[in-house]
This record gives sequence, structure tokens and C-alpha cells, in this order.
Amino acid sequence: MNVKVVYLARLREALGCSEEMLTLASASVTTTATLGDVLAMLRERGEPWSYELGEGRAVRAAINHDMADADAAVRDGDEIAFFPPVTGG
Amino acid sequence: MFKRISVQHDDFDVAAEMAMLRERDPRVGAVAVFIGTVREMNDAANGSASVQTMTLEHYPGMTEKALAKIVAEAAQRFDILGATVIHRIGELKPLDQIVLVAVKSAHRGDAFDACRFIMDYLKTQAPFWKKETTSQGAHWVDARESDDEAAARWQRPCAGGG
Repeated sequence: MNVKVVYLARLREALGCSEEMLTLASASVTTTATLGDVLAMLRERGEPWSYELGEGRAVRAAINHDMADADAAVRDGDEIAFFPPVTGG
Repeated sequence: MFKRISVQHDDFDVAAEMAMLRERDPRVGAVAVFIGTVREMNDAANGSASVQTMTLEHYPGMTEKALAKIVAEAAQRFDILGATVIHRIGELKPLDQIVLVAVKSAHRGDAFDACRFIMDYLKTQAPFWKKETTSQGAHWVDARESDDEAAARWQRPCAGGG
């Protein structure tokens, strides 16, 4: 399963990456991957990923341009975005 | 319902936007307007240096969708006849206009409430990020807890209270 991952604002700078294609190896075809699985996979890369996307960090996410939580399902072809809490207005 | 949503580099003309929103619609008895502008003094924890520039980044594709959802939610909750939301992106300076939220309705209550609702939700749901440049360098502006609290005030109370 392939997804596009986008990083925005401070997170993009801290990770040195604006977007990438990610292949999720699913253990079983019946298992649905979640946003939390994607986060866990990225944290395994070590620093700075493990810190910037760590449990204690305020990271927000969207799937296909809608805000999403860690338990949201991820499907092939989705565009996932990770970003800090928003500060517009 | 009239809806105008724009994410743009250019400044906006409030009088022109008001004319467009009102559309010579005789049902309209109230227009509430909020304009956000760039402050010179930042109140970040690391001192208070004057802001030289403020750069607004957004997430193209999601931004317009998020704003449209917020306006649609406002239209469900309040008796309004139309809304305009304009948010600027790119490099801005102190005194510049950043955001315009304007709502028209028959009576002032719904116009005021919907205008505040849209702004409170925009602050926590629309994917914009501010980066300030001061004499001490550039830094990303942190989100404020008070913004989350302002948006949370609009959550409907649980049945039975408590």
C-alpha cells in the first residue's frame, strides 16, 4: 500500500522533508492500517523523526485534506499530512 | 446561501467585499465583520521584539476545504444569509490585514454569533501557520490554548448538563 505523506510548517523544517511516498507493509490483507501505524513507522527512523513525531509532541494530521485522529483508517493512494497545531487568523 | 471563500496573497478591499456580500439583498438586516491584522509586538515567551514580517503558510487543497466546512457548519447552527471568508498568505507586515470574516443575516444576533463561530473555528481547524521575523530572527508562532478554549465553547452542552 502506497501513501503520499506531506509535512508542513515547523515540522517540514525540523524533518527536512516536505513530502514523500511511503510504502506500508501490511502484515495481513485483512488488517487495516491506521494513521497511528504510519506514525509508528516514521518514529522508527530515529532522530529527528522519533522526537518530532513523538508521543509528547503536539502533532496534528489530515487524511485527504480532512483532520484525522491516530485511529483513522489509511487506504492505498491516500494523502496524509502531518503538521503542528494551526496558528492562522 | 451566498458563500465566498478566498485564500490569497493580495490584500482585500473591505468596502468592495461588503458590497459583494450584501448583494442589494433586502432580507439582510445585519452584517457582522471581523478583520484580523498583524500586530507589531509579539508576546512570545522569549521576549518581546517587534515583528518585522509575518509569513503565512498554508496547506493548499485542504485550506479551502476546511474553510468551506466551517462556513457550512455556521450555516447549520445560525440563521444566516451568507458569509465571506478571506485569508491572506505569504509575507505580511505590521498593520497589514490578514483575515476577513463577514456574515449577513436578518438580525444582529445570528450575524454576531456566526462571525465569532467562524473565526474561533478557523483559529483551530484551518491549516495556516504563522512565522514571525523579529530583530532576533525567525520563529514559528506557537498555538495558544486560549484558541482551543474559544473553539470548545461552541461545543453543544451534554444532555442533562453537568
